[in-house]
This record gives sequence, structure tokens and C-alpha cells, in this order.
Amino acid sequence: MQLKINGQNREFDHQLSISGLLQQLQLAPERVVIELNTKILTAEAHETLLNDGDTLEIIQFVGGG
Amino acid sequence: MSFEQQLQQYPQQEIHELVRNATPQRIEQALHRPRLSMEDFAALLSPQLTDDQLEAMANRAHKITKQRFGRTILLYAPLYLSNECHNGCKYCGFSADNHLPRKTLSLDEVEREAKLLRDQGFRHMLLLTGEAPEAAGIDYLETAIKTMKHHCGSVSIEVFPMDTNGYKRMVDAGVDGLTLYQETYDPDLYRQLHPYGPKSDYSYRLAAPERAGEAGMRRIGVGALLGLGDCLTDVFYTGLHALYLARKFWRTQVTISFPRMRPAEGGYQPNSIVSDRQLTQFICALRLLIPDAGLILSTRESSELRDNLLPLGITQMSAGSCTAPGGYGDDDHESEQFAISDERSPAEMEALLRARGYDPVWKDWDSAFLNEAS
Amino acid sequence: MDKLVIAGREFNSRLMVGTGKFASNQAMVDAMENSGSEIVTVALRRVDIDSPEDSLLSHIDPNRYLLLPNTSGARDAEEAIRLARLARAAGCEPWVKLEVTPDPYYLLPDPVETLKAAEVLVKEGFIVLPYMPADPVLARHLEEAGTATVMPLGAPIGTNRGIRTRDLISIIIEQSGVPVVVDAGLGAPSHAAEAMEMGADAVLVNTALADTPDPAAMGRAFKKGVEAGREAYLAGLGPQRDKAEASSPLTGFLRD
Repeated sequence: MQLKINGQNREFDHQLSISGLLQQLQLAPERVVIELNTKILTAEAHETLLNDGDTLEIIQFVGGG
Repeated sequence: MSFEQQLQQYPQQEIHELVRNATPQRIEQALHRPRLSMEDFAALLSPQLTDDQLEAMANRAHKITKQRFGRTILLYAPLYLSNECHNGCKYCGFSADNHLPRKTLSLDEVEREAKLLRDQGFRHMLLLTGEAPEAAGIDYLETAIKTMKHHCGSVSIEVFPMDTNGYKRMVDAGVDGLTLYQETYDPDLYRQLHPYGPKSDYSYRLAAPERAGEAGMRRIGVGALLGLGDCLTDVFYTGLHALYLARKFWRTQVTISFPRMRPAEGGYQPNSIVSDRQLTQFICALRLLIPDAGLILSTRESSELRDNLLPLGITQMSAGSCTAPGGYGDDDHESEQFAISDERSPAEMEALLRARGYDPVWKDWDSAFLNEAS
Repeated sequence: MDKLVIAGREFNSRLMVGTGKFASNQAMVDAMENSGSEIVTVALRRVDIDSPEDSLLSHIDPNRYLLLPNTSGARDAEEAIRLARLARAAGCEPWVKLEVTPDPYYLLPDPVETLKAAEVLVKEGFIVLPYMPADPVLARHLEEAGTATVMPLGAPIGTNRGIRTRDLISIIIEQSGVPVVVDAGLGAPSHAAEAMEMGADAVLVNTALADTPDPAAMGRAFKKGVEAGREAYLAGLGPQRDKAEASSPLTGFLRD
């Protein structure tokens, strides 16, 4: 399965859910927010299964004024 | 939030005490504040204000007015269209309870009166009626404005409150200013003083300036009839009302008038007589609260007092006024609303203003500026 | 000190701090703690999926600070709206510091796009605090659109040049019905004090705290500057006297 994450193409051996993906990337789910195919996901949607060709944006808080 | 909702956040008893009990120290503090809070404003209305503090406040008011308006005074004239009225306002010469000749000007008379005022130099005219829709309602006003508008640059109205659509019709007819006094902001006293007639609806009148703002009126004037009730709270609420309107309708200029009742006017004994000192204090405090507000002093006041108050914040004055319908052409003064005190002619006022270094302004607005065919 | 009230919520501190550009998270936490601030701004960025960093949020106690996400990076209304929605989806309260800065050199706010975004976000239930040019008419438009504050700039972001827009900010303060927060350009506690003396309701600083060898001490210094300015404003500054103009008292007629 191929996913486009934050502008980079990534290959995965098998289908993943959002939470599975976050685990694999070592990201804490409560600290990030995700856009799937330009739609913002709520925390409840983290069990959604991803499909080949999906585009994801994974966003987090950083310092800012 | 509507103004009536905002008003409820300032209970009368609390405000009265806030004003009355302000210490000289608290007043001093308010006097130095670059932007007044409503609590500061309350302090500046206090009877505890010392003569030195009044002088300091007058100096600040003078300075702000000069900075914002220069040395200019806009001259306007009232034009009474009708004294027919279904309201029973206890203090008013036009009250339905009073027996006086009732009259609504014919269109010829409207034209004649406007021309007389124009010949005296006036280009700002304020049209007044009572509240009698069948004689002088919105349709009548529209026709009257059409008849007289070519004589002046700016038409304002001081008539019965209308709904938003009524005000839109006025704006479309070429009216750019509204004056509407709440008379008193005390709802209980209001009910006693306006026992019957459409005016007995306190809330409808209170919200009328907001409706006029929504309709796009360019100037909106408020005021309380000083002497009807507790003048300290009424002036406080007038300031609150003006500030509310200035914030919400920031494209509109807000004006404030200071109609002061005199003893036994029209047989009605005022609750209290506002002294010259208090009136001076109120004018200066409102100038500090709203630096850009137009402040209006009519010919109700004596020539001497008007001259003295001139530098303290006043920006508009009437002159040579008559308060009876048709009074500029006829010599009939029996049917007037109230007696005026400053009887100087417009020409005398103009000369006096010039002598004191002020520029009398006869015209600062014309609807032609909007590229409308008139 | 008297409380700051924004959108019905009370704050004890009138100093907001940004969290950008600190040498370390510890330096940022030290500056925040010493500043006494209760509102801290944060930005949203893509995660670097190759080397995820320690999250900023693990250093900020949500019980102590209101997290105010900004929309920095947005070049137009649409991007700002998207960032605001993302922040809300991340579990933040619906507060947003709206920033639209298409110009990459001075990072000056775009008045047209800021107003557009504010109108949409207010309708979506956000509490909007817009960063804006010190333009009194724009302040009127934003207030009319329903923003919770206006945040005029003192000088371009990060310049530490103080209140270069003083006269315009004075007009905004005079006319505003919502709290006025002076944002950007404040480089010294005296600048913050000046804003507060003028009657601003609050200030926001970031670079001045981040770009110093001792952020903790600078946080304390700004706290004092803001408090001193506010206290002076409340006390009432003595008037600046110029030559008297009236040769006789203006109210002498009342005593004749």
C-alpha cells in the first residue's frame, strides 16, 4: 500500500489503520492532528483503515508567537 | 447585545450611588484617564466635583473639542411641521391633554417656512412633529421632505419613533439625521409620564436609534430631558447609550443634546432643576467620554449661558428658533411647544461666533455629495 | 491587578507570550513561568516523519495556560481557516490567534484576508484574536465581524523596535469596544509598559523573551513592565502640560 504522508511517498507491506500508522511512525496520537485526503479527522476516526493512494497530513504543535 | 440588554447591566440604584459617592480622589483619577471607563464617567458626574476639578475638566473638554472639531459651530434651525399628537406626555406643551390650536403645515406652508430659514442662511434643518400618523405620519413626512429639501443641504427629523423600514424610507427621502430623546431612562418614571398613546412603549422608543442605525442614518442624536427624573443617572445612561451607538454604528456620527427643563414649564413642575454648574459638568464629562460626539445646545438656554458654554465642547447650536408650526411665517406663538430663551437672530449669532473666533458653519453636508440627483 | 476579560473569560495576567524561537524547551518554560502569563501561543506545522521531535505540548501545563494556537504560515484566508480548524480538531479550545501574513519579508498582516477569515471563523464558533495592522478602520470592521479582541502591531514581528504605530494604536484604544492587545515589535519591558500606560488591555511578546541569554529574567522583567504600565494607567498619569491658553478660567462664569 502506498501513502503520501506530508508530501513524501511511503510504501507499507499491509493495510494499516490511522492508529497503526501512528504507532509505526512512533507518534503519540494525542499530540498530533491528521488530515486524510484534505478532511480533518477527529480522534474517534483513528481506527479508520487507510487505502492505497491516500494522502495524509500529520500536523503537530510547535513553538510560535 | 441590544442597548436595552446592556442597560440592564447598570442598575439605577447602583449607578446613582456610584455617582453620588465618588470621592474627590476618585474624580481626580477619572480626570486624568486618557480613555474613560463607564465608572470614570460616573465619577465625573458626581456632585462632589470641586470647582478646581470642574475647571480642569473644562480645560480638557475645550482642548479635545478644539482638536476634534476646530473652532467651528454648526448652526441649525428647527422647523415644526405639526403639533398634533396622541400622546399624553405630562411635561409637553403638545400633550393631547392640552388645549391649544392644532395645526399641521400644508405643503405650501412647509415650502414657505423652509424658504424663510434658507433666506436667514440655514442649510441644516430639523423637522419636528408630534405623534399623529393620520395627520403627520411617514407618508406626510416623505412628501414634506420632497417639498422642502431643495432649500437645504441636510435634513434631520425629530419625530415619533419608526420601525426600521420607516427609517429606511426617511433615509431614501434624503434625511441624514435623527434626533430622538428617551426623555428619561427610568422605566417606572417613564410609564408615569407617558400614561397613554403610542409613546407609552418604553422599549420601542429605546431601541429606535438602533433601528435608525440599521437603516443607515448618518447622524443619530440622543438625550434625556434634564429635570424629569434623577438627572445623574439619566446623564449616565445618555452617555452609555451614545457610546453604544457610536461603537455599534461606527459609520454614523452620534450627537447628544442637553434639553434642560425650566421651572413650571407648560405648567409642569420638574422633579429637580439642573443648575448651570451641573449642566456645564455634564457637557464636559460627555466630551471626555466621547471625544467625537456632536454636542448640541438649543435656544432653550439663555444667550449668556450659551456664550459661556461655547468653548467647552458644544459643536452645534440652533438660532432664532420658533417652536410653533408655521411660526417663522406667522406671528402666532400660541401653539408653541416650549418658550425659547435665547432670542438672538441667526445673523446676530453668526456675528457673535465670529467675534469670539469661531467659524459659524451653515452647511457641512449635502446629499449631492452622494451623487444623487436632487 | 484588575482582571483581563476576553470573551467572558477572566485572566489575572495581561501579558501573553509566544513560544517560538527559544534556544530550548526549558528556556521557554522558564520564560513562561516567570512572566506570569496565562495565555501562550503555539503554531501548527507538519511533523517531520523521518525524525519526530519531542512534542511541545508535553512542556506546557494545560491547567495553567490557555493554549492559543495561531495560524502563522497562512498566506490567505483559506489557509488560515484550515489551520484554525486543525487546531480545534487537535483538541484545543476554539480560541485562535488569527494571522495571515503573505509577505515573507516583514511578515505584515494582510488586512483583506484577515477580515475574510475572521468573518468565517466567528461564524464557526471560534473565539478570534486577530493580528492586524494598526489601522483603526480595520479594527472597527473586525470588531463588527465579532472578534474577541483586536491585536494591532507595534512594529514588524521580531524587530524589537517598540511602538512605532503609537498614534494609530491610541485611536484604536479610544474607539475599541473589545480588548486591545498590542502584538509584535515590543522588544523591551519599557515598550510593554508604554502600551499599557496608553490604555492597551494586554500585550503579546515572543522574540524579546526568546532572543536573550536569560529568558527567565526577561520574563520577570516583562511581567513587571506590564504591571507597572497597567497600574500607572489605572492610577491616572499626570497631564503633560503645555502653555495655558485661556487667559481667564473657563468656568469662572459659574462663580461670578
